[in-house]
Amino acid sequence: MSQARTIRFSIFRFDPQDPNDKPKMVNYEVTEAPGMTVFIALNMLREQQDPSLQFDFVCRAGICGSCAMVINGKPTLACRTLTANYPKGEIILMPLPGFELIGDLSVNTGKFMRELAERLQLWLQPNSIDNDIHRMEQPMDPDEAAKLYELERCVECGVCVSACATKQMRDTFVGAVGMMKIARFELDSRDTRTADDFYHVIGNQDGVFGCMTLLGCQDACPKDLPHMTQIAYLRRKMALTSPNRIL
Amino acid sequence: MQIIYTDTLVVGAGLAGLRVAIASKERGLDTLVLSLIPAKRSHSAAAQGGMQASLGNTVKGMGDDEDVHFQDTVKGSDWGCDQTVARMFAHCAPKAVRELANWGVPWTRVTKGDRQVIVNAEKVTIHEAEEAHGLINARDFGGTKKWRTCYTADGTGHSLLYAVDNKAISLGIPVHERMEALKIIHDGKRCHGVIARCLITGELRAYIAKSTTIATGGYGRIYEVSTNAIICDGIGQALALETGVATLGNMEAVQFHPTAIVPVGILTTEGCRGDGGLLRDKDGYRFMPDYEPEKKELASRDVVSRRMTEHMRKGKGVDSPYGPHLWLDITLLGRKHIETNLREVKEICENFLGIDPAKDWIPVRPTQHYSMGGIRTTPTGESPQLSGLFSVGEAACWDMHGFNRLGGNSLAETVVGGMIIGKYVADFGEQHDLVVDTALINRFGKDLRDEIDQLVDGDGSESAFELKLSMQKIMMDYVGIFRNGRELQQAVDELSALLKRASNIGLKCKKRHANPELVEALRIRRMLKVALTVACGANARTESRGAHSREDFPQRNDKDWLNRTLSSWPDANGLTPTLSYEALDVMAMELPPGYRGYGVNNAIAHPDTEKREQQIASILAQLDADADRYTKQAAIMPFALPDALLPNNERLSDTLSSAVKTANVAGEK
Repeated sequence: MSQARTIRFSIFRFDPQDPNDKPKMVNYEVTEAPGMTVFIALNMLREQQDPSLQFDFVCRAGICGSCAMVINGKPTLACRTLTANYPKGEIILMPLPGFELIGDLSVNTGKFMRELAERLQLWLQPNSIDNDIHRMEQPMDPDEAAKLYELERCVECGVCVSACATKQMRDTFVGAVGMMKIARFELDSRDTRTADDFYHVIGNQDGVFGCMTLLGCQDACPKDLPHMTQIAYLRRKMALTSPNRIL
Repeated sequence: MQIIYTDTLVVGAGLAGLRVAIASKERGLDTLVLSLIPAKRSHSAAAQGGMQASLGNTVKGMGDDEDVHFQDTVKGSDWGCDQTVARMFAHCAPKAVRELANWGVPWTRVTKGDRQVIVNAEKVTIHEAEEAHGLINARDFGGTKKWRTCYTADGTGHSLLYAVDNKAISLGIPVHERMEALKIIHDGKRCHGVIARCLITGELRAYIAKSTTIATGGYGRIYEVSTNAIICDGIGQALALETGVATLGNMEAVQFHPTAIVPVGILTTEGCRGDGGLLRDKDGYRFMPDYEPEKKELASRDVVSRRMTEHMRKGKGVDSPYGPHLWLDITLLGRKHIETNLREVKEICENFLGIDPAKDWIPVRPTQHYSMGGIRTTPTGESPQLSGLFSVGEAACWDMHGFNRLGGNSLAETVVGGMIIGKYVADFGEQHDLVVDTALINRFGKDLRDEIDQLVDGDGSESAFELKLSMQKIMMDYVGIFRNGRELQQAVDELSALLKRASNIGLKCKKRHANPELVEALRIRRMLKVALTVACGANARTESRGAHSREDFPQRNDKDWLNRTLSSWPDANGLTPTLSYEALDVMAMELPPGYRGYGVNNAIAHPDTEKREQQIASILAQLDADADRYTKQAAIMPFALPDALLPNNERLSDTLSSAVKTANVAGEK
């Protein structure tokens, strides 16, 4: 077996609660092990070299969306990023931009997503009849259910937000995550909201008409969600719905 | 210290906790949830395969009902569960599935007509009824008589958690994120809330409530390798334990899942085997039929995990730098099935193993997965010792799982238990006043502040990280799938020594806010106590039942051990828990202990078993000849539920038979 590599990490460090602290990059070295992920390496660093290092992991399996960060310039999930993917053995870690910094690599995506959900009313709004839980459920077209799940696979990791140029310029932009969720409820036959209702929340500069279609969201989404298709679909739908009849 | 008041306080924002919060909020109670993380990141999201509910829509689920689900659950528990709770659960599971459809879960639906499935490694064509088209589908899971596991592809937990959290958001239920509850405030009889620490600012806050519900999940992370999220560290159980009053139930009942990937321990769902996947050894040989000719790969989880371990001990494992493993083969399911119904599994294989599961076999090994034990509660979810303290989901020992949980019954427990217990929590909130005793609050606040001061300012020399790793290795080595008295005693001794050392932890990072080392230090002391309840409980239980398998006591012993282990920690400075036992009353059981259907039937019978069987026969004989199954059940073992959940569940078979009746009536004309 060949000798293990040394991985050189350069990590953004800043404690916004410490008035004397300033943002800086700090270098660390870790001996690579087979199958090592950024999750494993960061925990080793914390346990063996610097116990103050802040980062967020929960499921460590690419399911929960907690650990998005910028790795060598690209936003992605750290838990499933193998160190072996970096032939030079140099890894630069930065916190996800576009979110409130808690410290080091930890950002407050939870607060952002909750506010987005409240603002866009991202929950099913069914009609109240036929919802007796003791009786047979309403049938749903099996294909519709499968399509809904496809759109629902978003894990709210925030990668699309950090990869979005529009969002960087317009703080109120709902981002691909917001539009994907709207698309999901728009598709759902159980939801009573009409295109006109959705027009009021995303038929504007903060929604579909603000998107510059640079599609960083599509490129970076760790769940390979069809952002491009859904944004285009919603944009056309909203244009057709617009009171000014854009189309 | 800031004091926040509410009616219903829920600790933990996974499915179980959120469901309880929703039930309270819907009754007009002020409701507040504490969570370590954003709610949608909770470990509930990781449940892939599905939840069991006896809807019976698919042709392979026809004939299913609450009775069959109940029986599977009790047998699965190796008769260790509370049968009343299993009944409450089986009755409400279909309601929860249907409610979740109303809240937005895109359940995978039945498609009418022929479809090909894999059963016992062979392609079989099944025909779904015209009338079932569009109804909620179910897949096969281990230890069940029917196809009963309702699912959304293999992201069921994700879909459920998103729907339920969205519902909570729509009701305006606040979730205080990045708050860690570290002490329960109580007076020895009544629970008044918790003291929690903000993980960002380090601020300590008292949350005072009429009722406090612990829904913090399991304690898998006391093991070094676990399928659990890293936050599943048993702090909820420790909170209850540290009251010195509340008890934990069956902590030694720990489940090992057969198919976690090697080495990282991430789960591949039981749906892989449910959908037709096979287990193979180093020769590519399918070995499970040799051990379990009837159920094969779909025997109960504890059985499959033990058989895999046995097979590896015979030298049939595949050697790897991380020790031996076996193969999970889902290639026979075909790419289309894998890319639609098992796509999370596919992503996990690609990202963590660099393999394509449609072509390659997956390296798997049994791995710690689930905590059957937890905070002991009554059927209403309340601690028998501390009024106002409730617990639900994996955190609790409500006790529908006994000594082994069936796949698909844990996701189900979160939403079904949450639905039922949520109503009892709301009742409690309506019937009780808020008790505010500021001296008591301050005393608990001061205890926690002193503990933090000592860690930050003290001159301790032990490393929290090292203590944690030592504990995790002890649990791996001595409290695993197969256990024996010598190793368990060693585990107890070594864990006690670690607990002693934990009073001398020192920190390198002295910050009082956002300090991961301080977080670890506060947790490890608590986790060690939880680990000790597991090791001591396992050491004391000199029988084998469900997932608790003693090499030195291989028989299930109903005569001496048909009981539930209770652990408490009355002496705060003690180094071991106090154990006591709660008998399971055979004379009250609907299903007296019997043969589970795996391996040799070597159980030592309970003296009441035969008596109860005769009693049940005579109860049934006294009923009218045309008594329906509800009447029979109620005569044998009546159970209570909130009124709103009492109605019977309608099934496709009911409407079909009425359609047939209508047709017959029409024919007479």
